[in-house]
Amino acid sequence: MLDCTGRLGWLAGRLLADLGADVTRFEADGADVSSAEWHALNVNKRLVRADLSVPGGRRMLEQLVATADILIATPNPGAADAGLFNYQRLCAINPRLIVVAITPFGLTGPKADWLASDIEIMAASGAMSLAGEPDGAPLRVSAPQSYAWAGGQAAVGALTALAARWRTGRGQLVDVSAQAAVITALSHAPTFVDISGITPTRAGAYMTGRSVTGANYRVFWPCRDGFINFILYGGAAGRRTNEQLVAWMRERGVELGPLAVIDWARFDPTRASQVEVDAMEVPIGRFIGSLTKREFLEGAHQREMLGYPVSNTADIATDPQLEARGFWQDVLGPDGRTERHCGAFVVVDGARPSLVRPSDDPGRAPQKVRGA
Amino acid sequence: MSAGVLALDGVKIVEFGGYAAGPHIGKMLANFGATVVHVESMSRPDGFRMQYPPYKDGKPGINSGGCFTYFNDSKYGVTVDLKNAEGLRLAKQLAGWGDIVIENMRPGVIDRLGLGYETLRQSNPDLIMLSTCNMGQTGPRADTPGFGSQLSALAGACGLTGEKDGPPMLLYGPYIDYIASTLGAAAVLAALERRQRTGKGAYLDISQYECGLLFLAGPLLEYNRSGKIAERVANDDPDAAPHGAYACRGEGWIALSCWSNEEFARLCGAIGRSDLTKDPNLTTLAGRKSAASLIQDALCGWARDRDAHEAARLLQSQRVRAHAVNSIADLFADSQLVSRRLWRRRRHPILGDQAYCFPAFDLSDTPGDITAAGPVLGADNERVYRDFLGLSEDEFIAMRNHGAMD
Repeated sequence: MLDCTGRLGWLAGRLLADLGADVTRFEADGADVSSAEWHALNVNKRLVRADLSVPGGRRMLEQLVATADILIATPNPGAADAGLFNYQRLCAINPRLIVVAITPFGLTGPKADWLASDIEIMAASGAMSLAGEPDGAPLRVSAPQSYAWAGGQAAVGALTALAARWRTGRGQLVDVSAQAAVITALSHAPTFVDISGITPTRAGAYMTGRSVTGANYRVFWPCRDGFINFILYGGAAGRRTNEQLVAWMRERGVELGPLAVIDWARFDPTRASQVEVDAMEVPIGRFIGSLTKREFLEGAHQREMLGYPVSNTADIATDPQLEARGFWQDVLGPDGRTERHCGAFVVVDGARPSLVRPSDDPGRAPQKVRGA
Repeated sequence: MSAGVLALDGVKIVEFGGYAAGPHIGKMLANFGATVVHVESMSRPDGFRMQYPPYKDGKPGINSGGCFTYFNDSKYGVTVDLKNAEGLRLAKQLAGWGDIVIENMRPGVIDRLGLGYETLRQSNPDLIMLSTCNMGQTGPRADTPGFGSQLSALAGACGLTGEKDGPPMLLYGPYIDYIASTLGAAAVLAALERRQRTGKGAYLDISQYECGLLFLAGPLLEYNRSGKIAERVANDDPDAAPHGAYACRGEGWIALSCWSNEEFARLCGAIGRSDLTKDPNLTTLAGRKSAASLIQDALCGWARDRDAHEAARLLQSQRVRAHAVNSIADLFADSQLVSRRLWRRRRHPILGDQAYCFPAFDLSDTPGDITAAGPVLGADNERVYRDFLGLSEDEFIAMRNHGAMD
């Protein structure tokens, strides 16, 4: 597989490499590959330095295209590399080649030539309209997400085309829109517009769209060292959670208020009014405020309750669950020291595929230091 | 369900599970031609049917929920009672028919039901089975129940969303479920590719938590390298200035960013503030960041009385990265999404015409489609059990009379 992508497409090749593809990654001579972001998303690929915009680089690419299965690119709207990665041209060299083009808005349509980075893609997808305080600015996630959504869809697209090739014997063009990819993340928000004529909006630390009465439910609760995500759910899991929460509060001697008399078997969050929800949330807030993130995580797990702490990267890096599953993988970094990466996203037949290649080593043989 | 040649024609998938994380995998693959059977029971239907609005005319009903249908288009829907001996036999027969089984129950539940991978592969040796749950099938917290809306917090996404000094924010729904379902679809297809080459099936253990972390792989490596903890910073970006959202006329907002001096100069020209490019303090990224309020004022003043969509068109005409912050309603009118047919209306017997969301990619030679609305509960029992599994009419009636399809 040939990975000729910019930032928008890095994850696509990483996912396919983790699934076993032999991925060759191209970077222009002198391009900076030192950032953690670059390393995290280009580990497990073979790096080749080449300027694909000059005739020599172009010839080399064409030679590799002749025997490749998949080429992934992020042609810049309106720029010369759109010609370089033109499907018809590449298909003439190798009819079995699958070309995956990842662009902000897709290769066709009135905005095909529009420029966008993560924040514009998040805006165009509607995701920003759902994040932030109701009377404040719409927000994106502080670490880019649209590139990852596009990369994920591109990996699915590449493999779908590969499945088709078994039948047809031919490659084809996979046209990926990052804008559309992020719409996947919106869950069922569009159905409210379509079915009820209601436009979901951002609700700060609350969740909307759960109740036919329009009641909002608190999601994020301050605790002693951060925040907890806890939601009053219905259904069997919600009932168990709510019952266990009340039992936990009783053990701690916390004043239950209206929670003391609720029959959780009959509680239906889709029908509760805002007044009822607000009254229930007062004692819950007092209780959660007395806990640490780790206390909540362990207590909720023991009681089989729904709810998690709001983790930061330090919490995640030290989570025993991830360590036990061998999620982290140590690979040699550019300075000869080991780097701890996220491992492959799937465990296959009981084993997690290893990262077999460091992220910026064109000369060395593939090597793995230690699968954590 | 489609007459055309599709990429995954002939691939047979059986889903045991509900909500988003499992069924969304099948939905994507169904859109490219896989035959997908979604399994529920009359007594325990998919949780998305009754626990999540919106409903037709606002009235909750087993077949009137738009959330369920939205994630189950282009599939066949059957019922089977797994607590009934005949029902379990039927379920095993169905799993034996499938190339791929997808389940998203808590770890161990599918085994206790008698439908675990080791059991199913006895009669279907090249079976591909995918299990997806919050934590994965192993580890000290493997049995943790959970929904994606909350798991997104454990996996870091919520903590990285919000104002610097404010609370974390939700990204609306079970954000991480759709990461895991997208990556899960990739895993299933890779296993299918391997099976084509080797004849071997596979058992795929997906931890939704771990999948979510791949979307923060950079910040996690940064922490492991330097100990630096990523924080929420509203709309700021370390490598761009300006970079944010600015209020426009009415309820509108425009998002824009500049990643070089050239882009900033084009922005200044477009908003009639070329004078800003003459300020030496604004000719570097660091300078623009330190003068953020000056630039903010200029942009807010320019955007305030403009329509967000018009403003974005104007900026794009000058090669400036910009887009209106689309509301969810805007998504149905967005010229790009309309042109690319992201929304495709299909008729449901209760809900009527509903807009279904096509995947974010399409294929040039074997394009996908939304082939049918989401099924009503048990809609395809006869079709699936008789036509797909080959039950005779008498066998089908006997099964039904035994309560196997309750």
